[in-house]
Amino acid sequence: MTALLKIDGLRKRFGGNEAVKNVSFEVNPGECVVLAGDNGAGKSTVIKMISGVYQPTDGKVYMNGALLTGKTPEAVRTAGIETIYQDLALADNLDPGLNLYLGREAVKHVLGVPYLDRRKMREDAAKVMLSLGIVVPDPTAPVREMSGGQRQAIAIARAIHWQAGIVIMDEPTAALGVPEQREVMALIERLKKQGVGIILISHNLPDIFAAADRIIVLARGVVAGERRPAETNDEEIVRMMMGATL
Amino acid sequence: MTDNTVNGSNTNIKPGGTSFVRSLLNAWSWLFLILILGFFEIYAQTQTGSTLLFRIYNLQAISIAASQILLLGLGLTLVIVAGHIDLSIAFSTGFAAVVMALIVRTAGADADWVTVILAMLAGLGAAALVGAVNGWLVAILNVPSFIGTLGTYGIARGAALIVAGGATVSIRNDHTRAFGNGDILGLPVPLVVAAVLTLVCHYLLKHTRFGAHTYALGANRASVERAGVNVKKHLILLFILSAFTAGIGGLIYTSRFSAGAANAGEPILLYAVAAVFIGGASLTGGQGTITGTVIGAFIIAVIQFGLVFCGLPPYWQFVAVGLVIIVAVLVDQSKDRLMGGKS
Repeated sequence: MTALLKIDGLRKRFGGNEAVKNVSFEVNPGECVVLAGDNGAGKSTVIKMISGVYQPTDGKVYMNGALLTGKTPEAVRTAGIETIYQDLALADNLDPGLNLYLGREAVKHVLGVPYLDRRKMREDAAKVMLSLGIVVPDPTAPVREMSGGQRQAIAIARAIHWQAGIVIMDEPTAALGVPEQREVMALIERLKKQGVGIILISHNLPDIFAAADRIIVLARGVVAGERRPAETNDEEIVRMMMGATL
Repeated sequence: MTDNTVNGSNTNIKPGGTSFVRSLLNAWSWLFLILILGFFEIYAQTQTGSTLLFRIYNLQAISIAASQILLLGLGLTLVIVAGHIDLSIAFSTGFAAVVMALIVRTAGADADWVTVILAMLAGLGAAALVGAVNGWLVAILNVPSFIGTLGTYGIARGAALIVAGGATVSIRNDHTRAFGNGDILGLPVPLVVAAVLTLVCHYLLKHTRFGAHTYALGANRASVERAGVNVKKHLILLFILSAFTAGIGGLIYTSRFSAGAANAGEPILLYAVAAVFIGGASLTGGQGTITGTVIGAFIIAVIQFGLVFCGLPPYWQFVAVGLVIIVAVLVDQSKDRLMGGKS
């Protein structure tokens, strides 16, 4: 199987601090790769380099064999990599439709003048949300009026709607209650079945073991080790996170 | 940021009473405008036996006062929706007024249309320069807009006074006067200009991607950044737009009074800011509409004109407008409480 996403020798330096020293890994279609690591291990810096928010000091990112490094976040999204951040990055004052389309709004032309096509955006949002098993009570209401789980679903709906090949999720369950955590894990399974490759950032061990096909442990900016869930246990992962040599 | 404070339980249930109060609060500025118009009309009918509403002269005077406030408030509305403020518009107006007046005066009384238009473009350029500096300060240097535009408020004021030699620049030119005092289809030119700009700004904010990004920027900057929008460029454009509409206010001032004054916009700044907030904008950004600002501008203009009409000393207008601003903020707060939204 050829890798969907290939990360090769990423390095990032902030002033005198080298946050990421040398990180390489691959993600295959329908595979969930968990990036595990303690705070400051470099997980967030790595995903920001993949999504184009940071430019790496050194190293390259390939999607389907095409070089992504140096592209803008918008170009990276267009290439099929959608990132769902911990804080969801929703515009609370806008409706689900505009949030789904933010940055890529649908436009219709009336007498040659472009207008936002709010209805199309709302209908699409309701449709994708429904496919995730969520009924939007009022598609014109701002997302601030929705529950935590519904808001999470909007962020995931973005990835599905834009047919992402890779979805990066940063601590998706951190701010959620137990039932909503289960929903998110179920959503991850559904994405995998559609052939989407997932990079999941987490330091929650039960989540890691439930979702991962492979676990890549980062410690102090380098890959401390890579394991399949079946061939390891909590204790070993924690030891690797703490930076114990192997 | 506020993600985990949102609680679905109290927002899924919307009892009829609450949504009625909510739509009432959303429409309060309309109601308020109707109320004060009714009040002044009844006062006029009963106390003086005249009428406020049914005389073209009165309506025109109110509309022109409102259009002055609007020209400063239109671009400002977009800036405030994006979560920023622009205080420098007070002197973007004056700077544009003075630059235009100087060029027209230099060209002489018999300067032709082309020269007058070039003078106007130069005035707008001067205002846009102030806007560009604001954008650079806020977007590139990350200076808080309140402080940054307070700085350019001073700089533009000084620049306008220096250019004008500290005095009002009076001019004598028929074309200029025609622009400021003539009419198109029976409507005063300043009104027509303000109406066209209002439509353009309304379209920009409500119907374009630029407008959607402006709202999103006011709610959560990260949401727009991560959506791949060039936020810095967006902010710079917003501040240029704000200075631009204020600059048009300056051109109209010079044309109406045949004189450019550095402080042409200074007394209107507070009214413009007030109009935006009365119209439903919020200091934290993400809210506000052009329609709201138009109503806000009319409320202030009606108060100004109505109090004088009733024979009260004109100074009462400051008190009255101040009270309305406070009411606007109180309404905004109770709206937030009802929506259960902001923390």
